[in-house]
Amino acid sequence: MTARLLVIGLALVFAASYAAAQVGADKRRSGYQDMGEALQKMQDDDTANPGMLFVQLGGQLWNRAVGAADKSCADCHGDAAVSMKGVAARYPAIPQGSDRPVDLEGRINLCRTEHQKAEPLPPENRDLLALAVYVAHQSRDLQIAPPYDPRLDAFRREGAEIYRLRQGQLNLSCAICHDDNAGKKLAGIVIPEAHPTGYPIYRLEWQALGSLKRRLRNCLVGIRAEAWPLDAPEYVALELYLMQRARGLKLETPAVRP
Amino acid sequence: MRVLVLLALAFVAGPAVAQQPAPPVVPQIVDDSIPRSLTGRPGDAARGRAIVASRSVGLCLLCHSGPITEERFQGDLAPSLAGAGSRWSEGQLRLRIVDGSRLNADTIMPAYYRIEGLHRVARNFEGRTILTAAQVEDVVAYLVTLRD
Ligand code: HEC
Ligand code: HEC
Repeated sequence: MTARLLVIGLALVFAASYAAAQVGADKRRSGYQDMGEALQKMQDDDTANPGMLFVQLGGQLWNRAVGAADKSCADCHGDAAVSMKGVAARYPAIPQGSDRPVDLEGRINLCRTEHQKAEPLPPENRDLLALAVYVAHQSRDLQIAPPYDPRLDAFRREGAEIYRLRQGQLNLSCAICHDDNAGKKLAGIVIPEAHPTGYPIYRLEWQALGSLKRRLRNCLVGIRAEAWPLDAPEYVALELYLMQRARGLKLETPAVRP
Repeated sequence: MRVLVLLALAFVAGPAVAQQPAPPVVPQIVDDSIPRSLTGRPGDAARGRAIVASRSVGLCLLCHSGPITEERFQGDLAPSLAGAGSRWSEGQLRLRIVDGSRLNADTIMPAYYRIEGLHRVARNFEGRTILTAAQVEDVVAYLVTLRD
Protein backbone atom coordinates (compact mmCIF):
# COMPACT_ATOMS: atom_id res chain seq x y z
CA MET A 1 0.00 0.00 0.00
CA THR A 2 2.66 2.49 1.06
CA ALA A 3 4.81 1.31 -1.84
CA ARG A 4 1.96 1.99 -4.24
CA LEU A 5 1.42 5.43 -2.75
CA LEU A 6 5.13 6.10 -3.05
CA VAL A 7 5.09 5.11 -6.70
CA ILE A 8 2.09 7.30 -7.39
CA GLY A 9 3.68 10.12 -5.42
CA LEU A 10 6.92 9.83 -7.36
CA ALA A 11 5.00 9.68 -10.63
CA LEU A 12 3.21 12.88 -9.69
CA VAL A 13 6.47 14.59 -8.79
CA PHE A 14 8.00 13.55 -12.11
CA ALA A 15 4.94 14.62 -14.05
CA ALA A 16 5.00 17.99 -12.35
CA SER A 17 8.70 18.56 -12.98
CA TYR A 18 8.31 17.33 -16.57
CA ALA A 19 5.53 19.85 -17.08
CA ALA A 20 7.65 22.56 -15.48
CA ALA A 21 10.59 21.63 -17.72
CA GLN A 22 8.29 21.84 -20.74
CA VAL A 23 7.13 25.29 -19.70
CA GLY A 24 10.72 26.30 -19.05
CA ALA A 25 11.84 24.94 -22.40
CA ASP A 26 9.26 26.94 -24.34
CA LYS A 27 10.96 30.26 -24.85
CA ARG A 28 8.90 31.26 -27.86
CA ARG A 29 7.79 34.87 -27.83
CA SER A 30 4.95 36.59 -29.62
CA GLY A 31 5.77 39.85 -31.36
CA TYR A 32 3.63 41.38 -28.62
CA GLN A 33 6.39 40.74 -26.09
CA ASP A 34 8.90 42.59 -28.27
CA MET A 35 6.85 45.81 -28.53
CA GLY A 36 7.04 48.79 -26.23
CA GLU A 37 4.68 49.06 -23.30
CA ALA A 38 2.63 51.81 -24.96
CA LEU A 39 1.78 49.57 -27.91
CA GLN A 40 1.01 46.64 -25.64
CA LYS A 41 -1.46 48.84 -23.78
CA MET A 42 -3.01 49.98 -27.04
CA GLN A 43 -3.52 46.36 -28.09
CA ASP A 44 -4.92 45.31 -24.71
CA ASP A 45 -7.44 48.13 -24.41
CA ASP A 46 -10.41 47.43 -26.70
CA THR A 47 -11.36 51.11 -26.68
CA ALA A 48 -7.87 52.13 -27.86
CA ASN A 49 -7.10 49.23 -30.22
CA PRO A 50 -7.84 50.50 -33.77
CA GLY A 51 -8.37 46.89 -34.88
CA MET A 52 -11.55 46.74 -32.80
CA LEU A 53 -13.26 49.18 -35.19
CA PHE A 54 -12.79 46.60 -37.92
CA VAL A 55 -14.06 43.84 -35.65
CA GLN A 56 -17.24 45.91 -35.23
CA LEU A 57 -17.53 46.45 -38.96
CA GLY A 58 -17.02 42.72 -39.48
CA GLY A 59 -19.87 42.02 -37.05
CA GLN A 60 -22.18 44.15 -39.16
CA LEU A 61 -21.08 42.46 -42.38
CA TRP A 62 -21.59 39.06 -40.72
CA ASN A 63 -25.29 39.82 -40.42
CA ARG A 64 -25.76 41.47 -43.83
CA ALA A 65 -27.43 39.43 -46.60
CA VAL A 66 -25.49 39.63 -49.89
CA GLY A 67 -25.27 37.96 -53.28
CA ALA A 68 -27.79 36.27 -55.54
CA ALA A 69 -28.63 33.88 -52.66
CA ASP A 70 -29.46 36.89 -50.47
CA LYS A 71 -27.93 35.17 -47.44
CA SER A 72 -25.78 36.52 -44.63
CA CYS A 73 -22.97 34.63 -42.91
CA ALA A 74 -25.25 34.47 -39.84
CA ASP A 75 -27.98 32.73 -41.87
CA CYS A 76 -25.72 29.69 -42.17
CA HIS A 77 -23.42 30.01 -39.13
CA GLY A 78 -25.62 31.69 -36.52
CA ASP A 79 -23.84 33.30 -33.60
CA ALA A 80 -20.17 33.74 -34.49
CA ALA A 81 -19.20 33.69 -30.80
CA VAL A 82 -20.22 30.04 -30.83
CA SER A 83 -19.73 28.81 -34.40
CA MET A 84 -16.47 30.63 -35.16
CA LYS A 85 -14.74 30.02 -31.84
CA GLY A 86 -11.44 28.22 -32.51
CA VAL A 87 -11.71 28.38 -36.29
CA ALA A 88 -8.82 30.82 -36.81
CA ALA A 89 -6.68 28.70 -34.48
CA ARG A 90 -6.77 25.79 -36.95
CA TYR A 91 -6.42 27.57 -40.30
CA PRO A 92 -5.17 27.24 -43.09
CA ALA A 93 -7.17 24.09 -43.83
CA ILE A 94 -8.36 22.08 -46.81
CA PRO A 95 -12.01 22.80 -47.64
CA GLN A 96 -14.34 19.88 -48.32
CA GLY A 97 -14.16 18.67 -51.90
CA SER A 98 -10.79 20.36 -52.48
CA ASP A 99 -7.21 19.17 -52.28
CA ARG A 100 -5.49 22.51 -51.61
CA PRO A 101 -5.43 24.49 -48.38
CA VAL A 102 -6.95 27.96 -48.10
CA ASP A 103 -6.36 30.63 -45.49
CA LEU A 104 -9.18 32.26 -43.57
CA GLU A 105 -9.72 34.95 -46.20
CA GLY A 106 -9.82 32.24 -48.85
CA ARG A 107 -12.44 30.34 -46.85
CA ILE A 108 -14.56 33.48 -46.50
CA ASN A 109 -14.41 34.01 -50.26
CA LEU A 110 -15.46 30.38 -50.82
CA CYS A 111 -18.54 31.01 -48.68
CA ARG A 112 -19.27 34.10 -50.75
CA THR A 113 -19.01 32.39 -54.11
CA GLU A 114 -20.53 29.01 -53.18
CA HIS A 115 -23.18 29.89 -50.61
CA GLN A 116 -23.94 33.58 -51.00
CA LYS A 117 -23.52 33.54 -54.79
CA ALA A 118 -21.57 36.78 -54.52
CA GLU A 119 -18.33 37.97 -56.09
CA PRO A 120 -15.15 37.08 -54.17
CA LEU A 121 -13.60 40.10 -52.44
CA PRO A 122 -10.13 41.14 -53.66
CA PRO A 123 -7.07 40.68 -51.39
CA GLU A 124 -6.66 43.36 -48.68
CA ASN A 125 -10.18 44.63 -49.42
CA ARG A 126 -11.57 46.40 -46.34
CA ASP A 127 -14.68 44.21 -46.01
CA LEU A 128 -12.67 41.01 -46.45
CA LEU A 129 -10.22 42.06 -43.74
CA ALA A 130 -13.10 43.11 -41.48
CA LEU A 131 -14.81 39.72 -41.85
CA ALA A 132 -11.50 37.91 -41.31
CA VAL A 133 -10.65 39.96 -38.22
CA TYR A 134 -14.18 39.41 -36.85
CA VAL A 135 -13.93 35.65 -37.31
CA ALA A 136 -10.36 35.48 -35.94
CA HIS A 137 -11.33 37.64 -32.95
CA GLN A 138 -13.67 34.83 -31.83
CA SER A 139 -10.50 32.81 -31.13
CA ARG A 140 -8.72 35.48 -29.10
CA ASP A 141 -6.82 33.88 -26.18
CA LEU A 142 -7.19 30.39 -27.65
CA GLN A 143 -4.05 28.41 -28.44
CA ILE A 144 -2.96 27.95 -32.04
CA ALA A 145 -3.90 24.35 -32.84
CA PRO A 146 -3.15 23.17 -36.39
CA PRO A 147 -5.31 20.12 -37.14
CA TYR A 148 -3.89 16.69 -37.83
CA ASP A 149 -4.30 16.31 -41.58
CA PRO A 150 -1.59 14.44 -43.49
CA ARG A 151 -2.77 16.09 -46.71
CA LEU A 152 -1.34 19.33 -45.34
CA ASP A 153 2.17 17.92 -44.87
CA ALA A 154 3.41 18.57 -48.40
CA PHE A 155 2.18 22.18 -48.30
CA ARG A 156 3.72 22.74 -44.88
CA ARG A 157 7.01 21.33 -46.14
CA GLU A 158 6.88 23.74 -49.04
CA GLY A 159 6.38 26.56 -46.53
CA ALA A 160 9.36 25.35 -44.50
CA GLU A 161 11.50 25.31 -47.65
CA ILE A 162 10.55 28.86 -48.55
CA TYR A 163 11.27 29.87 -44.95
CA ARG A 164 14.82 28.54 -45.24
CA LEU A 165 15.55 29.69 -48.80
CA ARG A 166 18.10 32.48 -49.09
CA GLN A 167 16.51 34.88 -51.52
CA GLY A 168 16.46 38.38 -52.90
CA GLN A 169 19.33 40.68 -53.76
CA LEU A 170 20.32 40.68 -50.06
CA ASN A 171 20.45 36.87 -50.10
CA LEU A 172 18.73 36.43 -46.72
CA SER A 173 16.19 33.86 -45.53
CA CYS A 174 13.30 34.15 -43.11
CA ALA A 175 15.19 31.71 -40.86
CA ILE A 176 18.32 33.88 -40.76
CA CYS A 177 16.36 36.75 -39.29
CA HIS A 178 13.56 35.07 -37.36
CA ASP A 179 15.32 31.92 -36.05
CA ASP A 180 19.02 32.78 -35.90
CA ASN A 181 18.79 36.49 -35.08
CA ALA A 182 15.40 36.94 -33.38
CA GLY A 183 15.71 39.31 -30.44
CA LYS A 184 18.65 41.11 -32.00
CA LYS A 185 18.33 44.54 -33.55
CA LEU A 186 17.97 45.22 -37.24
CA ALA A 187 18.65 48.94 -37.52
CA GLY A 188 17.31 49.42 -34.02
CA ILE A 189 14.18 47.27 -34.48
CA VAL A 190 13.96 44.11 -32.41
CA ILE A 191 13.53 41.21 -34.84
CA PRO A 192 10.47 39.24 -33.68
CA GLU A 193 10.18 35.45 -33.95
CA ALA A 194 7.56 35.82 -36.68
CA HIS A 195 4.69 34.04 -34.97
CA PRO A 196 1.41 34.79 -36.76
CA THR A 197 -0.45 35.32 -33.50
CA GLY A 198 -2.45 38.43 -34.19
CA TYR A 199 -3.60 38.60 -37.82
CA PRO A 200 -5.12 40.56 -39.40
CA ILE A 201 -3.11 43.20 -37.51
CA TYR A 202 -3.39 46.94 -37.19
CA ARG A 203 0.09 48.13 -38.11
CA LEU A 204 1.00 51.71 -37.24
CA GLU A 205 3.38 51.94 -40.19
CA TRP A 206 0.48 51.11 -42.52
CA GLN A 207 -2.07 53.17 -40.60
CA ALA A 208 -4.39 50.34 -41.55
CA LEU A 209 -5.47 46.80 -40.90
CA GLY A 210 -3.53 44.28 -43.00
CA SER A 211 -3.23 40.57 -43.53
CA LEU A 212 -0.36 38.20 -42.80
CA LYS A 213 0.29 38.15 -46.55
CA ARG A 214 0.85 41.87 -46.54
CA ARG A 215 3.31 41.51 -43.64
CA LEU A 216 5.18 38.73 -45.46
CA ARG A 217 5.36 40.87 -48.60
CA ASN A 218 6.98 43.63 -46.54
CA CYS A 219 9.72 41.23 -45.44
CA LEU A 220 10.24 40.00 -49.02
CA VAL A 221 10.47 43.54 -50.35
CA GLY A 222 12.90 44.35 -47.53
CA ILE A 223 15.36 41.73 -48.78
CA ARG A 224 14.67 42.78 -52.39
CA ALA A 225 13.08 39.46 -53.30
CA GLU A 226 10.29 39.16 -55.84
CA ALA A 227 7.06 39.19 -53.82
CA TRP A 228 4.38 36.75 -54.99
CA PRO A 229 1.00 38.21 -55.93
CA LEU A 230 -1.32 38.36 -52.92
CA ASP A 231 -3.39 35.40 -54.09
CA ALA A 232 -0.35 33.10 -54.53
CA PRO A 233 -0.37 29.66 -52.83
CA GLU A 234 3.14 30.31 -51.47
CA TYR A 235 1.70 32.55 -48.74
CA VAL A 236 -0.70 29.81 -47.65
CA ALA A 237 2.23 27.36 -47.52
CA LEU A 238 4.27 29.80 -45.42
CA GLU A 239 1.31 30.41 -43.11
CA LEU A 240 0.86 26.66 -42.60
CA TYR A 241 4.49 26.38 -41.59
CA LEU A 242 4.39 29.46 -39.35
CA MET A 243 1.21 28.24 -37.60
CA GLN A 244 2.84 24.86 -36.95
CA ARG A 245 5.88 26.66 -35.55
CA ALA A 246 3.59 28.75 -33.32
CA ARG A 247 1.45 25.81 -32.15
CA GLY A 248 0.26 26.42 -28.60
CA LEU A 249 0.84 30.19 -28.59
CA LYS A 250 -2.25 32.30 -27.94
CA LEU A 251 -4.09 34.19 -30.64
CA GLU A 252 -4.32 37.95 -30.04
CA THR A 253 -6.44 39.13 -32.97
CA PRO A 254 -6.72 42.02 -33.52
CA ALA A 255 -3.04 42.64 -32.66
CA VAL A 256 -1.33 46.00 -32.93
CA ARG A 257 2.19 46.13 -34.33
CA PRO A 258 4.62 49.00 -35.02
CA MET B 1 6.58 59.16 -34.62
CA ARG B 2 10.19 59.78 -35.73
CA VAL B 3 10.94 56.22 -34.75
CA LEU B 4 8.11 54.97 -36.92
CA VAL B 5 9.33 56.86 -39.94
CA LEU B 6 12.78 55.36 -39.48
CA LEU B 7 11.30 51.90 -39.15
CA ALA B 8 9.47 52.47 -42.38
CA LEU B 9 12.64 53.60 -44.09
CA ALA B 10 14.51 50.55 -42.94
CA PHE B 11 12.32 48.41 -45.13
CA VAL B 12 11.84 50.67 -48.12
CA ALA B 13 13.52 49.27 -51.20
CA GLY B 14 11.95 51.07 -54.14
CA PRO B 15 13.23 51.40 -57.66
CA ALA B 16 14.78 54.76 -56.78
CA VAL B 17 17.63 52.98 -55.02
CA ALA B 18 18.29 50.42 -57.76
CA GLN B 19 21.91 50.43 -58.82
CA GLN B 20 23.27 50.64 -62.33
CA PRO B 21 23.88 47.32 -64.07
CA ALA B 22 27.23 45.91 -63.08
CA PRO B 23 30.04 47.18 -65.28
CA PRO B 24 32.18 44.35 -66.58
CA VAL B 25 34.70 44.45 -63.76
CA VAL B 26 36.01 41.06 -62.72
CA PRO B 27 37.55 41.42 -59.26
CA GLN B 28 40.91 39.65 -59.01
CA ILE B 29 41.04 37.69 -55.78
CA VAL B 30 44.49 36.96 -54.35
CA ASP B 31 44.41 34.78 -51.21
CA ASP B 32 41.97 36.47 -48.83
CA SER B 33 41.89 39.83 -50.54
CA ILE B 34 41.29 41.85 -53.68
CA PRO B 35 44.44 43.99 -53.78
CA ARG B 36 43.52 46.21 -56.76
CA SER B 37 40.81 48.85 -56.95
CA LEU B 38 37.79 47.72 -58.97
CA THR B 39 37.82 51.01 -60.87
CA GLY B 40 41.57 51.48 -61.07
CA ARG B 41 41.16 54.61 -58.96
CA PRO B 42 40.99 55.19 -55.22
CA GLY B 43 37.55 55.73 -53.68
CA ASP B 44 36.32 58.74 -51.75
CA ALA B 45 36.05 58.19 -47.99
CA ALA B 46 33.42 60.92 -47.42
CA ARG B 47 31.13 59.45 -50.04
CA GLY B 48 31.82 56.02 -48.57
CA ARG B 49 30.71 57.17 -45.15
CA ALA B 50 27.43 58.43 -46.62
CA ILE B 51 26.88 55.09 -48.35
CA VAL B 52 27.54 53.14 -45.15
CA ALA B 53 25.17 55.41 -43.21
CA SER B 54 22.37 55.15 -45.77
CA ARG B 55 19.52 52.76 -45.12
CA SER B 56 18.66 52.49 -48.78
CA VAL B 57 22.12 52.37 -50.39
CA GLY B 58 24.69 50.65 -48.17
CA LEU B 59 22.24 49.10 -45.68
CA CYS B 60 25.29 48.41 -43.50
CA LEU B 61 23.76 49.80 -40.30
CA LEU B 62 20.82 47.42 -40.59
CA CYS B 63 23.22 44.79 -39.24
CA HIS B 64 26.33 46.64 -38.04
CA SER B 65 26.93 49.45 -35.64
CA GLY B 66 29.65 51.93 -36.40
CA PRO B 67 31.12 55.30 -35.44
CA ILE B 68 28.32 57.20 -37.20
CA THR B 69 26.72 58.90 -34.24
CA GLU B 70 23.99 60.79 -36.11
CA GLU B 71 22.39 57.45 -37.00
CA ARG B 72 20.65 56.43 -33.81
CA PHE B 73 19.21 53.19 -35.14
CA GLN B 74 21.98 50.72 -35.74
CA GLY B 75 21.97 46.95 -35.85
CA ASP B 76 23.61 44.33 -33.67
CA LEU B 77 23.59 41.30 -35.97
CA ALA B 78 27.23 41.86 -36.87
CA PRO B 79 30.48 43.16 -35.32
CA SER B 80 30.93 46.92 -35.00
CA LEU B 81 32.66 48.56 -37.94
CA ALA B 82 34.76 50.62 -35.53
CA GLY B 83 38.39 49.64 -35.95
CA ALA B 84 37.80 47.65 -39.15
CA GLY B 85 40.69 49.51 -40.79
CA SER B 86 43.07 48.35 -38.06
CA ARG B 87 41.97 44.74 -38.29
CA TRP B 88 42.00 44.35 -42.04
CA SER B 89 44.03 45.54 -45.00
CA GLU B 90 42.42 47.53 -47.80
CA GLY B 91 42.40 44.45 -50.03
CA GLN B 92 40.82 42.28 -47.34
CA LEU B 93 38.11 44.87 -46.78
CA ARG B 94 37.45 45.01 -50.54
CA LEU B 95 36.91 41.24 -50.74
CA ARG B 96 34.67 41.39 -47.66
CA ILE B 97 32.42 43.93 -49.40
CA VAL B 98 32.53 42.35 -52.85
CA ASP B 99 31.71 38.84 -51.65
CA GLY B 100 32.12 37.91 -48.00
CA SER B 101 31.10 34.33 -48.75
CA ARG B 102 34.64 33.82 -50.10
CA LEU B 103 35.86 34.24 -46.51
CA ASN B 104 32.98 32.60 -44.65
CA ALA B 105 30.73 30.42 -46.77
CA ASP B 106 27.81 30.78 -44.32
CA THR B 107 28.04 34.52 -43.78
CA ILE B 108 24.74 36.39 -43.71
CA MET B 109 26.42 39.54 -45.00
CA PRO B 110 25.19 40.21 -48.55
CA ALA B 111 27.73 40.13 -51.38
CA TYR B 112 27.71 43.73 -52.58
CA TYR B 113 29.37 43.11 -55.94
CA ARG B 114 28.11 39.75 -57.15
CA ILE B 115 25.07 38.85 -59.20
CA GLU B 116 25.29 35.10 -59.57
CA GLY B 117 24.04 32.51 -57.09
CA LEU B 118 21.02 34.53 -55.96
CA HIS B 119 17.39 33.36 -55.92
CA ARG B 120 14.12 35.16 -56.60
CA VAL B 121 15.67 38.62 -56.88
CA ALA B 122 13.01 41.33 -57.32
CA ARG B 123 12.65 42.34 -60.94
CA ASN B 124 13.86 45.89 -60.37
CA PHE B 125 17.12 44.61 -58.85
CA GLU B 126 17.65 41.65 -61.19
CA GLY B 127 21.12 41.56 -62.74
CA ARG B 128 22.30 44.50 -60.65
CA THR B 129 24.89 44.49 -57.91
CA ILE B 130 23.91 46.10 -54.60
CA LEU B 131 26.70 48.65 -55.01
CA THR B 132 28.51 49.79 -58.16
CA ALA B 133 32.26 49.28 -58.47
CA ALA B 134 32.80 52.98 -57.68
CA GLN B 135 30.58 52.75 -54.58
CA VAL B 136 32.50 49.68 -53.38
CA GLU B 137 35.70 51.71 -53.67
CA ASP B 138 34.15 54.61 -51.73
CA VAL B 139 33.08 52.25 -48.95
CA VAL B 140 36.53 50.63 -48.83
CA ALA B 141 38.18 54.07 -48.69
CA TYR B 142 35.98 54.91 -45.69
CA LEU B 143 36.53 51.60 -43.87
CA VAL B 144 40.31 52.00 -44.16
CA THR B 145 40.01 55.20 -42.08
CA LEU B 146 38.29 53.37 -39.21
CA ARG B 147 41.32 52.83 -36.97
CA ASP B 148 41.34 52.43 -33.23
C1 HEC C 1 16.34 41.06 -42.80
C2 HEC C 1 15.53 40.49 -41.76
C3 HEC C 1 14.23 39.82 -42.09
C4 HEC C 1 13.95 38.85 -43.02
C5 HEC C 1 14.92 38.19 -43.99
C6 HEC C 1 12.56 38.52 -42.88
N1 HEC C 1 12.00 39.27 -41.90
FE1 HEC C 1 10.11 39.06 -41.14
N2 HEC C 1 10.43 40.70 -39.92
C7 HEC C 1 11.62 41.37 -39.78
C8 HEC C 1 11.45 42.46 -38.86
C9 HEC C 1 12.54 43.44 -38.40
C10 HEC C 1 10.10 42.42 -38.46
C11 HEC C 1 9.36 43.35 -37.50
C12 HEC C 1 9.65 44.77 -37.64
C13 HEC C 1 8.86 45.47 -38.67
O1 HEC C 1 7.77 45.91 -38.33
O2 HEC C 1 9.33 45.60 -39.81
C14 HEC C 1 9.49 41.28 -39.14
C15 HEC C 1 8.16 40.87 -38.96
C16 HEC C 1 7.66 39.64 -39.41
C17 HEC C 1 6.39 39.08 -39.00
C18 HEC C 1 5.38 39.72 -38.05
C19 HEC C 1 5.47 39.19 -36.65
C20 HEC C 1 4.38 39.76 -35.75
O3 HEC C 1 4.61 39.78 -34.55
O4 HEC C 1 3.35 40.16 -36.22
C21 HEC C 1 6.26 37.89 -39.65
C22 HEC C 1 5.10 36.92 -39.56
C23 HEC C 1 7.47 37.71 -40.47
N3 HEC C 1 8.29 38.79 -40.28
C24 HEC C 1 7.73 36.62 -41.29
C25 HEC C 1 8.79 36.55 -42.20
C26 HEC C 1 8.93 35.54 -43.23
C27 HEC C 1 7.98 34.38 -43.44
C28 HEC C 1 10.07 35.84 -43.94
C29 HEC C 1 10.60 35.22 -45.18
C30 HEC C 1 9.74 35.20 -46.33
C31 HEC C 1 10.67 37.00 -43.30
N4 HEC C 1 9.85 37.41 -42.27
C32 HEC C 1 11.89 37.56 -43.65
C33 HEC C 1 12.83 41.04 -40.39
C34 HEC C 1 12.98 40.09 -41.40
C1 HEC D 1 22.61 41.31 -43.29
C2 HEC D 1 23.70 41.65 -42.44
C3 HEC D 1 24.88 42.50 -42.90
C4 HEC D 1 24.89 43.62 -43.70
C5 HEC D 1 23.71 44.31 -44.36
C6 HEC D 1 26.28 44.03 -43.78
N1 HEC D 1 27.06 43.19 -43.04
FE1 HEC D 1 29.09 43.35 -42.77
N2 HEC D 1 29.09 41.61 -41.66
C7 HEC D 1 27.96 40.92 -41.29
C8 HEC D 1 28.35 39.84 -40.41
C9 HEC D 1 27.39 38.83 -39.75
C10 HEC D 1 29.76 39.89 -40.28
C11 HEC D 1 30.65 38.96 -39.43
C12 HEC D 1 31.55 38.09 -40.22
C13 HEC D 1 30.82 37.07 -41.08
O1 HEC D 1 29.73 36.59 -40.74
O2 HEC D 1 31.34 36.77 -42.16
C14 HEC D 1 30.18 41.02 -41.08
C15 HEC D 1 31.52 41.45 -41.21
C16 HEC D 1 31.90 42.66 -41.75
C17 HEC D 1 33.25 43.20 -41.68
C18 HEC D 1 34.41 42.58 -40.95
C19 HEC D 1 34.23 42.99 -39.52
C20 HEC D 1 35.39 42.63 -38.63
O3 HEC D 1 36.03 43.54 -38.13
O4 HEC D 1 35.64 41.44 -38.46
C21 HEC D 1 33.22 44.42 -42.31
C22 HEC D 1 34.38 45.39 -42.46
C23 HEC D 1 31.88 44.62 -42.79
N3 HEC D 1 31.10 43.54 -42.44
C24 HEC D 1 31.45 45.74 -43.46
C25 HEC D 1 30.15 45.95 -43.95
C26 HEC D 1 29.76 47.08 -44.74
C27 HEC D 1 30.66 48.26 -45.07
C28 HEC D 1 28.46 46.89 -45.09
C29 HEC D 1 27.57 47.70 -46.02
C30 HEC D 1 28.13 48.16 -47.25
C31 HEC D 1 28.02 45.65 -44.45
N4 HEC D 1 29.09 45.11 -43.78
C32 HEC D 1 26.74 45.14 -44.50
C33 HEC D 1 26.65 41.21 -41.64
C34 HEC D 1 26.25 42.25 -42.48
